[in-house]
Amino acid sequence: MPEAVEPKILAIFCNWCTYLAADLAGTSRIKYPANIRVVRVMCSGRVDPQFVMDAFAKGADGVLIGGCHPGDCHYQEGNYKCLRRFELLRRMVKEMGIEDERFRLEWISASEGDRLRTVVTDMVEKIRPLGPRQTLTEVTQ
Amino acid sequence: MSEEIRTGVYTCHCGSNIAATVDVKAVAEYAAKLPNVVVSRDYKYMCSDPGQDLIKQDIREHKLNRIVVASCSPHLHEHTFRTALAKGGLNEFLFQMVNIREQDSWVHLDKPAATVKAMDLVRAAVCRVALHKPLTKGSVPIRADVLVVGGGIAGIHAALTLANAGKKVYLVEREPTIGGHMAKFDKTFPTLDCAACILTPKMSSVRAHPNITLWSYSEVTQVDGYVGNFKVTVTRKPRYIMEDLCVGCLECIEACVYKEGKFVDEFNMGLSKRKPIYIPFPQAIPQVPVIDPETCIDFKTGKCKKSCVDACGERHAINLKMKETTEIIDVGTIILSTGFQVFDAHRSPEYGYGVYPNVYTALEIERLVNASGPTSGEVVLRDGKRPKSVAIIHCVGSRDEKNNRWCSRVCCMYSLKLAHLLKEHTDAEIFNFYIDIRTPGKGFEEFYQKLRNEGVHFIRGKVAEVTDWAFDPSEEGKLVIRVEDTLLGFARRIPVDMVVLATGLEPHADAQEVRRRFNLTCSSEGFFLERHPKLAPVSTFTDGVFLAGACQSPKDIPDTVAQAGAAAAEALALIDAGHVEIEPNTAFVLEEDCSGCRTCIPMCPFSAITFSEETKLASINQALCKGCGTCVASCPSGSIVQNLYDDEEIFAEIEGVLSNA
Repeated sequence: MPEAVEPKILAIFCNWCTYLAADLAGTSRIKYPANIRVVRVMCSGRVDPQFVMDAFAKGADGVLIGGCHPGDCHYQEGNYKCLRRFELLRRMVKEMGIEDERFRLEWISASEGDRLRTVVTDMVEKIRPLGPRQTLTEVTQ
Repeated sequence: MSEEIRTGVYTCHCGSNIAATVDVKAVAEYAAKLPNVVVSRDYKYMCSDPGQDLIKQDIREHKLNRIVVASCSPHLHEHTFRTALAKGGLNEFLFQMVNIREQDSWVHLDKPAATVKAMDLVRAAVCRVALHKPLTKGSVPIRADVLVVGGGIAGIHAALTLANAGKKVYLVEREPTIGGHMAKFDKTFPTLDCAACILTPKMSSVRAHPNITLWSYSEVTQVDGYVGNFKVTVTRKPRYIMEDLCVGCLECIEACVYKEGKFVDEFNMGLSKRKPIYIPFPQAIPQVPVIDPETCIDFKTGKCKKSCVDACGERHAINLKMKETTEIIDVGTIILSTGFQVFDAHRSPEYGYGVYPNVYTALEIERLVNASGPTSGEVVLRDGKRPKSVAIIHCVGSRDEKNNRWCSRVCCMYSLKLAHLLKEHTDAEIFNFYIDIRTPGKGFEEFYQKLRNEGVHFIRGKVAEVTDWAFDPSEEGKLVIRVEDTLLGFARRIPVDMVVLATGLEPHADAQEVRRRFNLTCSSEGFFLERHPKLAPVSTFTDGVFLAGACQSPKDIPDTVAQAGAAAAEALALIDAGHVEIEPNTAFVLEEDCSGCRTCIPMCPFSAITFSEETKLASINQALCKGCGTCVASCPSGSIVQNLYDDEEIFAEIEGVLSNA
């Protein structure tokens, strides 16, 4: 049996809520698995579907988008735009043979450092048993 | 031929904050081998002067044109390092920060994994920063006028500070009078100053100040715009008395057809009655009565002889047809000082508030001991008798898993103050039931010692119950406190005549609505969140909006006033600078690529994008763009570009994170 490879999750967090929640988790010394790599954008509305596709293409085992709770967007409604894109994108991602567990959108406010831990831990635990993500070519063969 | 990219990477130990979990030397060695990296160093404290000097020196000596610092959160020190770049002669945006403290060393226990993560993130930043372009910060002029929301002691002090500095201030207060909670207090701890003697002169100064526009009985209902240029809508509720015509003679109140007060007096916590036309308390500012349409006969039936109008006579200050009005003002900065609400003691039913008449809240006792209160300072029970023994129960609705978990900070001290005042007024035997006595303040511990010497009893233990179930004749007709005395180690029953609940402080019921209106964040307990607890304690994540007082967290009067002064100083600093620099992270349209599909136009929440019928192209107004990037993500032809968050920069970052080089 080859040694299980730790999944690598690309996280795209908005500057005002989820990125701050990740900072708060840090200042509160909350512990969670070291599987995520955070890319900061100003708003979850900035998340271009291509970022997600690109991440999967480049070998991410999971993609996590984090934004402000509905109604709390620093730019009023960018998170709603993100949600709409997410719903469409999720279907596409699934059709490409990528399991649901690998792609998530979560609302995590600046005060929810503990929720960040819960989400990341949960996502890692759900992805780990799936093993390394198969590429599209592997799936179709 | 494009310039050669020469990147310097600096990995910070942050003492042991990072170095204890991340192998900093290994990260620096790894970074040295990455493409374009000319210099890679690690240093104990990158944010210190010598740390910054390293960057400046290397820019000169090694001709660096890109800098990456792997240290703490960009929310903490991005500005510091950008400034170092600028001082080193490099454009400050040719910089990328890597967060390996808050989002790595502090949250992971697995050292090798944390080190690999740091390497991944550094690699991503090195890839990204190569694509950075020099940018210039935008500049926005700051309007000099300030809005202060909430007229308690915080708002009053902030408004006066700004007004004395010559700035025009709008002070908006929801209640008919300013003064807030402090106006209800008799004395303040630990000096036992008379609260009214401190507060009411400041209230009068607000009214008299030529630079202050006071709108009481009004609420901010909408806030548009951004730092330097907020457009604020204030809704003014009708008080049915024209403030500009009323002279404050109060004859209308005297003349009301109700000869005695008949309705709950909110200011006295329901311990007295008021008429439908009333003034909250004699020193209220503005000195103008208000008519309560819920109780006024004329509003209810239309059949009142309107003796108040007759009493007002020639002055014609009473206008029963007054309507709600709105004012729209332009201000540059906003100070929020909306205060707190007191924990509702009904939510701790074990203490019998609302069941036993002689269980009071602390604020009710504040009114009872107050010379201008409902009993003129006479402390009597509901039946008119003087209490011979009083129990003060601490931490009601504070430090309580069932309700609010935080310490309300002021209750220990106000309980000590009330113990002193009750003893002074009634000579009763006073028992304090506490979990811990917390007296961290100037003169606070000394005050506690003074109380102990005055013979006030202190019993350590969280009270289980207040009951009227008597076990023996000595308990008949009394309220019995059931408590475990944790110093003596056994359960006790202590019969008393009066129970005072030291209720805690909590965010206003509508704090969430208010925070949305001002585009703020709340911390987990619901108080408004400051930008940084130590570096920016009165700033918020919305530039130009500052916090003062208990809306940010429970605090006593000295701290509140200090914070109000700080908030005023922050606002002044912005105003006197005349302008504020803003992130150049706006989006713009590459005209040659725009197909004119208009997908982007409804995406923009700020209506910054317009479509030209002439050129059939979209264009973005740089002054209105806030830099969220939602339009960039929506553009099908990729013709919208966002500074600092351009597609190619983010793609490079993603690729950098994921490539296992």
